[in-house]
Amino acid sequence: MASPEDLSGQPAPLYEARKGVYPKAVNGPFRRFKWAIMAVTLAIYYATPWIRWDRGPYAPDQAVLVDLANRRFYMFQIEIWPHEFYYVAGLLIMAGIGLFLVTSAVGRAWCGYACPQTVWTDLFQHVDRLVDGDRNAQVRLANGPWTFEKIAKRGTKYLIYLVIAFWTGGAWIMYFADAPTLTVDFWTGQAAPVAYGTVAVLTATTFILGGFMREQVCIYMCPWPRIQTAMMDEKSLLVTYKDWRGEPRGSVKKAQAHPGAFGDCIDCNQCVAVCPTGIDIRQGPQIGCITCALCIDACDGVMAQVGRPRGLIDYCTLDDAAAEKAGGTARPVRKKLLRPRTLIYFGVWTAIGAAMLFSLGQRTRLDLAVQHERSPLYVQLSDGHVRNNYTLKLRNMETRPRRVAVTIGGLPGAAIWTDGGAREGSGQRIEIMLDADSVTRVKLFVAAPGKGPARQDFSIETRGLDGDPRGDSDIIQFDRPEAGQ
Amino acid sequence: MADLKQRIDEATGTSTVGHEWDGIEELNTPLPRWWLWTFYATIVWGLAYVVLYPAWPMVNRATEGVLGWSSRGDLAKEMAADAKRRAPTVNAIAATALADLPAKPELMQAAVQGGAAAFRVHCVQCHGAGGAGVKNLYPSLTDDDWLWGGDLASIEYTVTHGIRNPDHKATRTSLMPAFGRDGILDAAQIGDVVSFVRTISRQEKASASSARGAALFEANCAVCHGAGGEGGRQVGAPRLTDAIWLYGGDRDSLTATVNQPRNGVMPRWNNRLDPATIKMLSAYVYSLGGGEKGLAPAAEGQGADGQP
Repeated sequence: MASPEDLSGQPAPLYEARKGVYPKAVNGPFRRFKWAIMAVTLAIYYATPWIRWDRGPYAPDQAVLVDLANRRFYMFQIEIWPHEFYYVAGLLIMAGIGLFLVTSAVGRAWCGYACPQTVWTDLFQHVDRLVDGDRNAQVRLANGPWTFEKIAKRGTKYLIYLVIAFWTGGAWIMYFADAPTLTVDFWTGQAAPVAYGTVAVLTATTFILGGFMREQVCIYMCPWPRIQTAMMDEKSLLVTYKDWRGEPRGSVKKAQAHPGAFGDCIDCNQCVAVCPTGIDIRQGPQIGCITCALCIDACDGVMAQVGRPRGLIDYCTLDDAAAEKAGGTARPVRKKLLRPRTLIYFGVWTAIGAAMLFSLGQRTRLDLAVQHERSPLYVQLSDGHVRNNYTLKLRNMETRPRRVAVTIGGLPGAAIWTDGGAREGSGQRIEIMLDADSVTRVKLFVAAPGKGPARQDFSIETRGLDGDPRGDSDIIQFDRPEAGQ
Repeated sequence: MADLKQRIDEATGTSTVGHEWDGIEELNTPLPRWWLWTFYATIVWGLAYVVLYPAWPMVNRATEGVLGWSSRGDLAKEMAADAKRRAPTVNAIAATALADLPAKPELMQAAVQGGAAAFRVHCVQCHGAGGAGVKNLYPSLTDDDWLWGGDLASIEYTVTHGIRNPDHKATRTSLMPAFGRDGILDAAQIGDVVSFVRTISRQEKASASSARGAALFEANCAVCHGAGGEGGRQVGAPRLTDAIWLYGGDRDSLTATVNQPRNGVMPRWNNRLDPATIKMLSAYVYSLGGGEKGLAPAAEGQGADGQP
């Protein structure tokens, strides 16, 4: 019964405790690149709501503002109304295709450098090192008893986590209201309940996901690694342990004793020690590898110390790996990046961006929508004329009040007036004042002679009377009683 | 579990759980332990929910839960909150004389909206969703022809006291005689009167019949409908010279009306609605397109300024 594969009645557990990850500090070009990305992304996140942008007296002066209450989205000189939401959809499509482009070219670069989970985990791991010390000290402390020192250090660490988490949650709400006002309101208890709720939820998620879940978010929870795995091909860059060069592993002494018997890997385990997701890159590509390239920095440092060429662990495509294994050389980076797939992604990405910019430049900021009242469709007037009622929705999307004219065409003998006016003295043209940055609803009465087709199309037009004559028009139906009714 | 044969799978290096079905084995890829704890947490959550909120279906209704929450209670709260929100506007409307409303565009707009809401509850059954009425039954409120007057005060009086309410003194009332049924006019005479009415409404050319009808009209109809058929709003007598006919302007319809008039009725609303609501209803009906300026000078000078 006792075969070597028999686990002898010891059922393997169906659940496993998290294996602690205590990444060692490392320095090198990729680490410095990660520092730079972290600085830029965090600065964008925390500082953007505080940038001011003067739009005159009728609009907020916050450069980036999602004004949910008034249904406006401001981004520097661009103002987006709800009916223009396709611009936001376009941005999301660009973001999606941008990720395809990045993934097909440089693999999981998003995961390794720019994903918020990565950036905040990285930040929290620096806090760990600041409070507990580097890897070995962290392991000792984690395995040690609960002494006063451990309690003090854990308390300090969690407090710093909490401050960062709270700051993160607090920065989020600044995008949805005037940041200076909201800050004062928040601390004086005047802010909306949803603001406190949002800060509480985001503080909790940042604290838990950044402080404790960390790599488990990538490994167990995030769909993106699975999708990216499907989007990568043999020409995408991967962080690769070049086993054809490194195996068999052996220490420097062994290699000196038996020249030629060992590869370049000295089995120092530094690549494992620095990994923020706690994997061993030497086992090959795996879902836990976010391609942050810190193992490349670690390995390059060791190779320099033992006097061997860098790049035992390096960015490498599957094609290049096969070529190098067969004794060839890697293709130049330019050729790796410029291939039909990346060019098509880039082409689509730029085309969408250019189309959006073009239509942004072309859009008019005075818009007319006409709705024909259907109950009743027409009203018989006592002098034999027929009246139809319409609701005009005049959108003035400029941040200034405007005076506009509304005229009709193609309906002979007709007269128009609004619910504030009167039929007496009415003609084919009215003038309306529009408030800045708002929708004005006007009930429009149109009376025309009773003799005529039962259904007739005519046009309602609006145009500015204050310098900019551009406007909008709509074709709409005029109804009369059918003959014999 | 002890008889399960767990072994290391060669291809993956992972232990199997020990189950085997016709040679197919399951690899043991352990779930993270916190996953198990979230599962336990959902059970605790579920138990707490059952205690706090309505949960177990019983014979007549579900258990109530110790918080006493119900969606009906939520609705009642929201309705009360909204009534509180509307209170200042409604009070302001109640405190403003009806004739002064059009001079205060914001208040007028609020009154029209409030009236529209009340109209949808109390008036659409007869007058229709848009106030267009029903031909041969109920008059349109959207046109420029009024039986009892189309200025704000007249509309308010009509809504307040109704038309031909038997139990109400102040109600608007009048009775057109049934000229045919009661034998006041014979059939030929009625035909002549109809000819005359169709002449003054420019539907027929003058004829011998209409000439005879003119004299009959003078004797029987002019007292209410006016000498030229221009109508009389004191008694709700419709104008007979225009293009609007509640019960039809063709020969047959007119003959039927003169034979046996309908004398339509409308309930009074002062015993069901508060004065502010009636005021708002009047403003709404006034705004439908046929509102008359009446005597209120406040309504003048308010042009098409875009303030709805």
